[in-house]
Amino acid sequence: MIFSFDLLVDAIVSGILIGAFYAAVTAGITLSFGILDVVNIAHPGFIILGSYIVYIISLNLGIDPIIAAILVTPAFYVLGAAIYQVYYVSFEKRGQESMRGLAFFFGILFITEVSLVLYFGVDYRYVEARYIGPTWHFGFVDIPLRILVPCLVSLLLIAALQLVLTRTFIGRAIMAVAQDELALRLMAVDPIRIKRIAFGISIATAALAGAFLIIIQPVEPSVGREYIGRVFAICVLGGMGSLPGTLVAAMLVGIVESLTSTFYGPSWAPAVSFGFLLLTLAVRPAGLLGR
Amino acid sequence: MRTDIFLIVSLLIGACVYGLAATLGNDYYFFAGYVVLQYVVLATAWNILGGYCGYVNFGSAAFFALGAYSTVALYRFHPMPIPVDVVLGGVASGIVGLGTGYLTLRMRGAFFAIATLALAVVLETLVVNWDYVGGSRGAYIVRPETIAPFGSYIKYLFAIMLLLAIGSITVARLIERSRLGYGFATIRDDELAAEASGVPTLRLKLVATTISGALMGMAGAPFPYYIGYLQPSSAFGLDYAVNSIAMPLIGGTTSWVGPLIGAVLLGSLQQIATVTISSAVNLLIVGFLLVGFVIVAPNGIIGLVQKYVQHRPLRQVGRRHIKADAPEATP
Repeated sequence: MIFSFDLLVDAIVSGILIGAFYAAVTAGITLSFGILDVVNIAHPGFIILGSYIVYIISLNLGIDPIIAAILVTPAFYVLGAAIYQVYYVSFEKRGQESMRGLAFFFGILFITEVSLVLYFGVDYRYVEARYIGPTWHFGFVDIPLRILVPCLVSLLLIAALQLVLTRTFIGRAIMAVAQDELALRLMAVDPIRIKRIAFGISIATAALAGAFLIIIQPVEPSVGREYIGRVFAICVLGGMGSLPGTLVAAMLVGIVESLTSTFYGPSWAPAVSFGFLLLTLAVRPAGLLGR
Repeated sequence: MRTDIFLIVSLLIGACVYGLAATLGNDYYFFAGYVVLQYVVLATAWNILGGYCGYVNFGSAAFFALGAYSTVALYRFHPMPIPVDVVLGGVASGIVGLGTGYLTLRMRGAFFAIATLALAVVLETLVVNWDYVGGSRGAYIVRPETIAPFGSYIKYLFAIMLLLAIGSITVARLIERSRLGYGFATIRDDELAAEASGVPTLRLKLVATTISGALMGMAGAPFPYYIGYLQPSSAFGLDYAVNSIAMPLIGGTTSWVGPLIGAVLLGSLQQIATVTISSAVNLLIVGFLLVGFVIVAPNGIIGLVQKYVQHRPLRQVGRRHIKADAPEATP
């Protein structure tokens, strides 16, 4: 194995690009698990569902996958709000979220995956767009547009979410519900409604993340499993409820994964995020930017 | 019932099950029964941690596969009798269970669940990259056609899995009625209060993860001989993870009976559905049953039965209560 500077820089750049995408994938988890304390392990399932819906829309209507995803977000928002309502009534209200709530989300993840397998089969599906294919070259650094475009839109998404959370009433209420539900109730805000909205937003981001995923790589139903360890590792590393933390952690994981697959081979990359997760949990459970 | 009597009774029942399968005169029943029994072990093992302590393990497939792959590794070194494989597979999985628990159990329960979920992915990565056990190509295990007292080899495997099932149920029942079990129950009900009252919660949780992981590994150890050709995607199949959660939750998690009922019902249902419909559809059925049960009947089939018993005419129940609560007559 020859260590080369070109390769190193190239790996770091592609790690940063893919890291921004990981941040978009994790944003939903940061909202649901980090802020609301709802351990939504089905999130990767919703992302794959998003990928397939975007695939159908862009195949049949011939529109850009990202625009298709934006069109789908309202439907995903409603789906998320409905799921939270079921979750609240069946588990949170009864105080059973720790075990049966987890099993509930695991069941949803499983049902999503198996249904997609039954309907679409296990063939890889991909979308077409103008930016899939060409690559920009800057000296020895290659930037494929199929990764650059999702990266930029991901950054926009994170920025928009951060603005909503810090500048709007609803956003501040979402941050508040994580800290003190009772105080929120005293301000005449219904915490359940706020949580429902937040969970809806969290699932809505899955539609966009799904579009990014299918732009970056061909998708088949079980791809989501690879992302489970990764998204939770990033969420914990980023300090649970913090979006800037999520972005930093996502880029870190992206870079390390990219270096690993460049210098040791891509088949080792999935182990990286788990290593990160265990290391974080063992050494610094509060995360990088934890409060 | 005392444990030794319980063990004798269950061994007798086991012998009857074996005899029944033998009289049906078709090896298929042994093949199907093996899978159901394997799920009995997995569900019981999951329940020791999940049902008694309240910690959810999503990585059953990882522990199962660890057992299976330790057999493959041993087989490559030198083929061993299966009971040796079972013991070593159990030791390997138990150690991994202990390690995972040690790293994650000091935090909230959700972290343990997530870590186990990721554990499956990472172990699969390791196995895919480990050429000694076949890597992503998979490994062949040549099983002998026949073995001395049993006749065909599948009968031998069936008998081993039957003993494992009886063993794991006995262990679960023992735990349930011991000091250990009461300790587990305090963790499940209120970990903070338990900790405050001096229950060594971390040590108990580590005991639970180790026993649970070891039993899952034992269930996986004979699997390469059963399947003949082991590849990572079949050993780490998501259906092991989902079934070992769904079965206890559907049966009922508070006692050893629940996982047994769940595994036998759901396992047989899946065997029937695999033959009559398709294997993908039966997984979908399991998923919907799991979600449906946790929403509608949180205490599983046992909970439903208990509810039914409690709704019987009040007079009967009342009388029994009085009888049970009456102080012992002084001599």
